[in-house]
Amino acid sequence: MSEYTEDQEAFREVVAKFLQSRSTTADIRRLMETSEGYDADVWQQLCQEVGLAGTHIPEEYGGFGFGPVELGIAAEEMGRHLYCGPFFSSSVMAGYALLNGASEANKAKLLPELASGSKIATLVLDSVDNPGHVGRQLRVSDDLLDGVAPIVTDAHVADFLVVLATGDDGLGVYLVDPDTDGVKISVQQALDPTRKLSRVSFSGVTSTKIGHMAESALGKTWDQMSVALAHEMIGGAQHLFDSTVEYTKVRVQFGRPIGSFQALKHRCADLLLALEWAKAATQHAAFCLVTGDEPESASMAKAMASDVYMEAARTAIQLRGGIGFTWEEDTHLWFKRAKASEVFLGSPHLHRERLLVHLEEAS
Amino acid sequence: MSPETIRQELTEWIDANWDPTRSLIDWRNILVDAGWAAPDWPVESFGRGFSAEQMAVVNDVFASKGVVGAAQAGPRRLAAETILAHGNAEQKQRFLRPILTGEHAWCQLFSEPGSGSDLAGASTKAEMIDGKWIVNGQKVWNTSAHHADWGILVARTDWDLPKHQGLSYFLINMRQPGVEARPLKQMNGHASFNEVFMTDAEVAAEDLLGAEGEGWAIATTTLSIERQGFARGRNQKSPREVGDGPIYEEFARELEIANEPYSWYPQREGRVDLIMKRAMVSGAIKDSPVRQEMAKLLSMSRAAQLAAQNAAAKRRSGSNEVVPAGSIGKLGASVIARQAAHVHTMISGADAMLSGPESAEAGLIAETLISVPAISIAGGTDEIQRNIISERVLGMPKEQRMDTGPFRDIKRN
Repeated sequence: MSEYTEDQEAFREVVAKFLQSRSTTADIRRLMETSEGYDADVWQQLCQEVGLAGTHIPEEYGGFGFGPVELGIAAEEMGRHLYCGPFFSSSVMAGYALLNGASEANKAKLLPELASGSKIATLVLDSVDNPGHVGRQLRVSDDLLDGVAPIVTDAHVADFLVVLATGDDGLGVYLVDPDTDGVKISVQQALDPTRKLSRVSFSGVTSTKIGHMAESALGKTWDQMSVALAHEMIGGAQHLFDSTVEYTKVRVQFGRPIGSFQALKHRCADLLLALEWAKAATQHAAFCLVTGDEPESASMAKAMASDVYMEAARTAIQLRGGIGFTWEEDTHLWFKRAKASEVFLGSPHLHRERLLVHLEEAS
Repeated sequence: MSPETIRQELTEWIDANWDPTRSLIDWRNILVDAGWAAPDWPVESFGRGFSAEQMAVVNDVFASKGVVGAAQAGPRRLAAETILAHGNAEQKQRFLRPILTGEHAWCQLFSEPGSGSDLAGASTKAEMIDGKWIVNGQKVWNTSAHHADWGILVARTDWDLPKHQGLSYFLINMRQPGVEARPLKQMNGHASFNEVFMTDAEVAAEDLLGAEGEGWAIATTTLSIERQGFARGRNQKSPREVGDGPIYEEFARELEIANEPYSWYPQREGRVDLIMKRAMVSGAIKDSPVRQEMAKLLSMSRAAQLAAQNAAAKRRSGSNEVVPAGSIGKLGASVIARQAAHVHTMISGADAMLSGPESAEAGLIAETLISVPAISIAGGTDEIQRNIISERVLGMPKEQRMDTGPFRDIKRN
C-alpha cells in the first residue's frame, strides 16, 4: 500500500514548480551541448532554495532526513522534466554508498558537503550492469588503487570520487581526489547526452579507505539506487505518455483527429495499464525500502519501469510519425534517457532474475 | 456507528437470535427485518447506510460466529444493485427482500446473438399491448437463466429513436410459458450460460425499471457493477466448512447451484497461484527463459493488486479523478491470465497436450489453457475496455459513428 501524505504532495509541488521553469526543453538542449552538462547556478538554487541534494540524508548529516519515498518523488519530477545535473550521481549514488558503507567519521565529514551541494561527488562502480560484478576490475593493494570503470556518471564534474574496489578484506569504500596522479577521467560520447558519462581509470592511485561494503550493504545500495532510478523513469514515461495522448487529440489526418482511430486508442490504453502497474510497483518499492518488507520489490520496480519507459518512448515517436524522428521535436531527448536508463544499474532481465530469487526464497 | 459499537451490537443481536435449526428463508427474513441482511444498503431499503469500513466489521462478525448471511451468489447482486439505484419505492419493497432471502434467483438478459459488444444494438422487442409489455426476441450468455425466477432485461421499445434512446429496462418473470432457457456449451466443455428465447412473454406495466427509454443508462449501471466483479475475482467459502445443521445444508445447496457455472472461473484467470509451486516441483524453475516469464507474470500480478488498492484508496478519499478502475482492472486481468497460461505451458512442456483428471493438477492446468480465452471477452471485450479507457480516462476523441439516426434504418446482423 503506498499513499502519499499531503506533505509529500506539497513537496512534489515545490520540486515540480522549480523544474518547470528551470529545466525547460530549451535549457535541456543548451546544456546537453556543453561539456559540463549542467547549469551550476541552477544546481546551487536547487540545493540551497529547495534543499534537494539532502532529501534522503539524515538531519544529523545536514540533510532533510526524508526517506526513499520523498527521494522518489524528487527523482520522479526530475525524470519528468529531464533535469540535467549531478543529483543522481552525487546525492543518490554517492550519498547512498556513503550512508551504507562509510565509517561514522567519514559520514559526518562527507555527507554534509553532499547534502548542502557545496561539493559534488559520484560513485565509481566498475560495473553498472550487475551488483555481482562490482569489484572485479577495481582493486586496491598497499593503498594503491588500480583498474578501470568504463561507465561513470558525472565524474568529469565531481569534487571527489567514492570508489568501490576490492582490497585485502573484500569490497571497500575508497575516497579519491580526482586530481590525484594516476586518475584519468575521459568523457565518453553518451547515447543520452543529458547524462554525462566518463571512463575513469586508476593507475597506482593513492586512495583513502573510508569504509567497508559487505555484500548485503551493496545489495541494499543497489536496491535503493534502482528504486530512485525507477521513479525517475516513471516521471519520464508519464511525460511521454501525457504529451503523446495530447498530440493525438490535435493532429488531424484523413479529416479527423488521429486519436479517434482505434489503432492509436488501444495502444494508448495498453500503455496506460502498463504505466499504472509500473507506477504502483515503483511507489510501493519505496515504501518497502522504509519498512524492509518484500525485498523483491526494488527489482520489480526497476524492471517494470524500464520496460514501460521504453514502451512509452517507442509509442511517443511512433504516434507522432515522421516528426517524432526529427531532432527538432523533443521526444528523442526522453527516448535516449529511456534507453540509457533501461540498462543503467541492471537491465530488466537482470532485475527479473533478482526478484525471482527473492520470491523463490520466500515460498 | 463506531466499529466497536457495531461489533458489540451485532454480536449481542446474533447471540439473541441466531438459530441454525430455522429454515434458511425464515432466518433471512429475520435478518432483513433487523437490518443486518445488507447493512451497506440505504436505511429506507433494508440497510443501515454502512461504509466499506463498517461492512468489514459486520462481515468479520458474521464469519467469526459462523452465521449465515443474506443471499449473494450469482447474478442477483447485479439485479439488486441496479434496482437500488434506479427502482421506485414500490419496486424496492417488492424485489429486494426476496433477493436478500434467496427466495428469488436472478439472471441477466442483455447480450443477443446480433449484439454482443454493441449491446445497445439489442433488437429484442417489447410492445405495450392491453396494459402489458409483450416481449419477443432472443438473448444469449445468460448465466443461471435455467434456475432464475426473475431476469433483468434490456429490450427495444421504440424503433424510430436513435438506438441508445429506444431501449427500456424490465424486470421479467422467468417462470412463464413465453420464456425458454436452453444451455449453451462452451469450448471448455462447461455449459455455464444459456440462450433465452422469449415468445410473447409478458411483463407487467409496473415492472418497467426507470422510465421508458432509459434502458441504456440503467444498463450501464449494471455493467459497471459487473466489471468491478471481474477485476475483484470471486471467492466464496463453502458453508460446509463453517458449521453443521439444517440451515448450513440448505445454504450449501443454494451455493452449489449458484456457483456451479463459475467452477472454471479461477482457471480463466490463469491460476497464477499455482505457478511457483509447479515450477519448483517440475524443476522448470531452473530454466532461465521460464524464470524470466515467471518474473514478468508475478510482477504484473503484484502490481495489479497494488494499483487496485491505490484506486480503492482514491475512491475512499472522494477524489474526483476519473478512474474507471473496472475497465483498467479487467483489461489487466486479461493480460495476466494470458501470461499465466503462457507460463503454465512452458512449465508443462509436452504434458500440456494432456487433459482430464490424470493430467497436471487433476486437470486444472488443461482447463486453464482452454478457459483463458474467455476472460478477454466476457463482460465486455478487451477492445471495448480499451475504448472506454481511451475515451473516458484519456479523453481521446470518439470514432465517427455509423449508427446514428432511427434504429430501424441502421445496418445490423
